Amino acid sequence: MTSDKSFYEFISNGVPGPEQKVDADNAILPARKLAFSRFKELGLPTIKTEEWRYTNIQRYLKDAFTLAQEEQGTVTAEQLKSASIPQLDSYRAVLVNGRLQADLSTLPSGGKVTVSKLSDAAGNAQLQAWFDKHPHLQSQPFAALNAALFADGLFIEAGMNASLDKPLHIIHVYTASANAFIQPRHLVVLHKSATLEVIESVVGISDNAIAFVNGVTEIVLEENAELWHYNIQNTVKNSRHIHHTSATQKADSRYHHFNFTLPSAELTRNNLSVALTGSNTETNLHGLYLATGTQHVDNHTFVDHLVANCNSNELYKGVLLDDANGVFTGRIHVNQDAQKTNAFQQNNNLLMSEKANINSQPQLEIYADDVKCSHGFTVGRFSEEALFYLRSRGIGAEAAKSLLVNAFAFDITDQVHIPALQDFLAEKIRQYVAGAINN
Amino acid sequence: MLTIKNLHAEVDGKQILKGINLEIRKGEMHAIMGPNGSGKSSLSSVLAGRENYTVTQGEVIFEGKNLLDMAPEDRAREGLFMAFQYPVEIPGVSNLHFLKTALNEIRAYHNLPALESKEFLKLTKEKQQLVDFNANLMNRSLNEGFSGGEKKRNEVFQLAMLDPKLAILDETDSGLDIDALRIVAAGVNKLRSADKAFMVITHYQRLLEYIVPDFVHVLYNGQIVKTGTKELALELEEKGYDWLKEEVHQKESV
Repeated sequence: MTSDKSFYEFISNGVPGPEQKVDADNAILPARKLAFSRFKELGLPTIKTEEWRYTNIQRYLKDAFTLAQEEQGTVTAEQLKSASIPQLDSYRAVLVNGRLQADLSTLPSGGKVTVSKLSDAAGNAQLQAWFDKHPHLQSQPFAALNAALFADGLFIEAGMNASLDKPLHIIHVYTASANAFIQPRHLVVLHKSATLEVIESVVGISDNAIAFVNGVTEIVLEENAELWHYNIQNTVKNSRHIHHTSATQKADSRYHHFNFTLPSAELTRNNLSVALTGSNTETNLHGLYLATGTQHVDNHTFVDHLVANCNSNELYKGVLLDDANGVFTGRIHVNQDAQKTNAFQQNNNLLMSEKANINSQPQLEIYADDVKCSHGFTVGRFSEEALFYLRSRGIGAEAAKSLLVNAFAFDITDQVHIPALQDFLAEKIRQYVAGAINN
Repeated sequence: MLTIKNLHAEVDGKQILKGINLEIRKGEMHAIMGPNGSGKSSLSSVLAGRENYTVTQGEVIFEGKNLLDMAPEDRAREGLFMAFQYPVEIPGVSNLHFLKTALNEIRAYHNLPALESKEFLKLTKEKQQLVDFNANLMNRSLNEGFSGGEKKRNEVFQLAMLDPKLAILDETDSGLDIDALRIVAAGVNKLRSADKAFMVITHYQRLLEYIVPDFVHVLYNGQIVKTGTKELALELEEKGYDWLKEEVHQKESV
């Protein structure tokens, strides 16, 4: 437990190290150990750390936590209903505190797509090859901590030319009976020309204790692979989330990432980064954050154009209600060899209350001379005139507001290729906007 | 249908309406004219429930109910409609979805079930043809990128769809070329009936050649200073508003 000691001290000296892990007999132990020393070296960020300027992470780490490797947690089918997406026809993988629950899951079988526990895949050559190798993770203390001491997670592998007949819905449930620091870790590998559609829902089921989740997902898209990746963060107030998603794209691959941060986690910090290592790739990053109450939502994205002829397109939109606080940092790096790069970035925000706040900063680092890059940022207040117009046609104030917020979010939700998911998101937006108004 | 008694209203602490009295009955077409700044649009704003206006005195009874106590959406649900002088563009909300939401909210208020999609589309087609509204615009975002004329025609289309008891047209003719004006006026004329009433606010007599009023009221300095028939509009067109202003000032000095 932490209490008097700082979180850093607690991790460095107060918990069993990597060599105590259940998978300590396998080949990733050296990588775990390396990561642990990297974490100790990097230390924890403060608000003086540039990347954490607007998110004072120290204040979220002050509580006493147990490192919940052993916290199994249980969940009933009934409780899972809140995470279900009506009308969605999908495979399903249910994880409780990072551990795959076979009895609650319906996994694809017999094909070239495998979904398994990361711990069961510890000897897999892909895991050996890719575990904690992403260049963007090397400077991230929380990612290092995760690599050193993660409990378990998923390993998804799609073989050459593989695809599924329907999406895979991964439901991550986090639950704690006492304040817990939970570290899930996932690896997704799509081999040449494989295609996959993955929806992740992050939910919480109890408000009694704090669940601090420090997760990492590494993604590898081999040549010509395509991944549609929807991430829906819709959890309970007493949860805190830091998640690093780092993808590597090889030539001709396509990565479509959607991030929906909905109420009510008090802290959400997403580090999404993509390294473009092969040419002629396409990267679409869509984000929608809708924050209510005193939520703090921080999205850091990084698109790294390392080679020529790649295209990236990023649109993040935020709706901030009540006292919510938003942060967006969009970094684009264009290497000097990355000629003919197209890199676009846009961040639009809608503040629906006087007290809501947004800090947004683009970071463009361009070292090539034949590129097209742009970025833009807007922040707007709610249009009273539009609201009055809708009301004057008989639409109630609440319905009118949710109509306007859905309209603002339309550019993002319209890109979602799964109708059931589109409907689910529209309904969630409606609920939360109505809930915030009624506060 | 509508009774306005001694209505006083202010905006930003400034008195704009200074005692309006007006009675509108079923089937009637009333024109409100007046020079710029006389309070014409303020009157429509107060009736529709725009929040930055404060009523300081007087009352408005609509179909036996106190209109000023109602939220804007309830006024609409009770059968009041205002065609905006400057219709708002709302990207991302489709015209059709917007209309369906509005129509069904009004129906729910009257304990009617929501319209089936098929019935709704049938109604849409019927009204769209009635007021000559371009079908291609219906699936577009509400007013986004519409020309001035298209926006005003959309207001008349909404009017046809929502079928109110009393429609206020706030300077619907402003900024329209003569062809668009004719189309808008023809649409309005088709919607006239014995149980509906209209209040047409305009700066120009031109509109009233196409929409013939039963009464013409002249608003000046926050009050109705003269009421007449359509001939009054012609007189105003010919002589301007100055003679009326003088008349008012003479009365005041007496």
